Amino acid sequence: MNIDWWLLFEISLAGLGTGGLYALTGLAFVMIYKATRVVNIAIGEMLMIGAYIFFAFSAGMGLPIWLAIPGALLVCGAFGALVERTMIRPMLGESPISSFMVTVGLSSILVGVVELVWTADQQRLPEFLPTKPIEIGQAFVSPKIFYGFWIAVLLITTVLLVFRFWRGGVALRATASDQAAAYSMGINVPRVFSLAWVVAAMIAGVAGIVVGSIGGISSAMGIFGLSVLVVVIFGGLDSVLGALVGGLFVGLVEALTGFYIGGEYKILATFTLLVLILVVRPYGLFGTHEIERL
Amino acid sequence: MRIGSAKESYAADTALFDSPTQRTWLVVFAVALCLFPFVADDYWLYLACLVAINVASTSGLNILTGYTGLVSLGQSAFMGLGAYTVAILQIRWGTPFLLNLLAGGFVAMLAGMLVGLPSLRVKGLYLAIATIAAGVIAHFLFSHFTSLTGGSSGLTVPPAKLFGLELDDSFKLYWVIVPITGLMLLGAANLFRTRIGRAFIAIRDRDISAEVLGISLLHYKLMSFAISSFYAGVAGGLFAYFFRAVTPESFPLVMSIFFLAAVIVGGMGSILGSVLGAAFMTLVPELLKLLVGWLPLEAFGGNAALILSPVRTIVFGLMIVLFLIFEPLGLAEMWRRVRRVFHLWPFRT
Repeated sequence: MNIDWWLLFEISLAGLGTGGLYALTGLAFVMIYKATRVVNIAIGEMLMIGAYIFFAFSAGMGLPIWLAIPGALLVCGAFGALVERTMIRPMLGESPISSFMVTVGLSSILVGVVELVWTADQQRLPEFLPTKPIEIGQAFVSPKIFYGFWIAVLLITTVLLVFRFWRGGVALRATASDQAAAYSMGINVPRVFSLAWVVAAMIAGVAGIVVGSIGGISSAMGIFGLSVLVVVIFGGLDSVLGALVGGLFVGLVEALTGFYIGGEYKILATFTLLVLILVVRPYGLFGTHEIERL
Repeated sequence: MRIGSAKESYAADTALFDSPTQRTWLVVFAVALCLFPFVADDYWLYLACLVAINVASTSGLNILTGYTGLVSLGQSAFMGLGAYTVAILQIRWGTPFLLNLLAGGFVAMLAGMLVGLPSLRVKGLYLAIATIAAGVIAHFLFSHFTSLTGGSSGLTVPPAKLFGLELDDSFKLYWVIVPITGLMLLGAANLFRTRIGRAFIAIRDRDISAEVLGISLLHYKLMSFAISSFYAGVAGGLFAYFFRAVTPESFPLVMSIFFLAAVIVGGMGSILGSVLGAAFMTLVPELLKLLVGWLPLEAFGGNAALILSPVRTIVFGLMIVLFLIFEPLGLAEMWRRVRRVFHLWPFRT
């Protein structure tokens, strides 16, 4: 059998590029889960909101890109805080299924709002990434995916460093490992919850802007969130490393099946992977083994 | 329990409908259901059938989620399996109506047990996500197994035949759909007077204690999945006969979320809740249509048709969120509260 290695390499690179964005969004998901134990199924819709706010600032109000991106991120952060305060805080102490359902409701609300304000049609974000094709050896990589990947890498590194050394990050990790102990050490746990949602919403916002500039934005963008769900289950719900590895891996699997078997098999491959991982290692690759088994 | 209805025997204590008042109102309701088709127009009959189908499926999901505590986002996939089974049987062999419905139910049941298998290993939200995967895979089968399912264009179902009569409009279908739904509700209500139903509740409340009490988790969790997806399959069969067309797009993930929302809005672990929740969730979008139609939107340059769908999506999400925050026990609890006021009148609760 004769395999075109350069082609395989090119497709793998494209897959890793998308995988970087999965990893970034997965990071936002894991951050919320670690701090607040909420499985946020609305992560794809938060991505979408970020992209649309950027769209409103840049295309709608005509702001320059360097102003529109920070502006959009600020609004995303405020939005995250609002969601946490109005929807997640009242669900404290309820069963995890209830807070899960709240995020299901949230995703529906967000889709509705986007369709109401911007209609369901596909829109294009203004170009802000360089458009010169990238060549690595004989392989071509789409510049948007290439730069998107590096933005993801940069942001993930920043977030990891910040949460390693900044006081707030330490507070977040302390809360994640033991809420009661963190509380008694004087950490303001409700504020940590807020912080987690704000940061996650901002990360999702960046991911949304990049994803939107690659493939355009529409009210169906939230479908991206389904793949992210697979990513975090694959890597383990509460593992940052898992989200990163899982993101790259799922991106790779999707790109390879999409090319070698057919585009419509992509989602099938992703979810078959999900079923496999649930049967073999339900807590994911790097997740805590906390699932009760009977 | 109401004041002044002391139970004198065990039979009275375990009765499904325990007071004369309740029985009277049920008879009144049944008579009203019988008279309804003669006074209502086609639109309302259509809605009534739709509500009945949704009630059937929601009560199935309530057995699984509300009573056994296993969250499933695959209900629409099971409905789809039932609908496709019924459609294929009806088109290829023209087998009798009731037999098709049962077959649809059984096919969905087998699939449900297959999907239920991970429930032994993973719980709660992991399970919900596993059932999303089941929905995605079912959708893929519907749209790619073209020789059997007709691919993305789907199947057109000929009208059902019962005693030589073609059930081709809402009026005739009403007389089939509503009694079948009624039977299924009665079955669900009776289920929780048996060992099986009580075992489900025990598993929901604490699965480890349930197992210590001698309830085989494997057995009963799978049984709960089986019963729930059987209900979904029969509801899907009714769906196929009602809309007379089955396509892969008829059973999206949103539909599973709709049923879960109906269970939450109606009240988890309550048969009455399934009825109220499904009816409420089906009728609110229609109510919104009326409301949006009344509003003077054109005067402000709006387009009612364009606004309706996003507003429905927003209201759908808002209902889930608001009910969870302000009334986690759902409409059934509201109903109970109203009833209590009447029972205790003139005293206050």
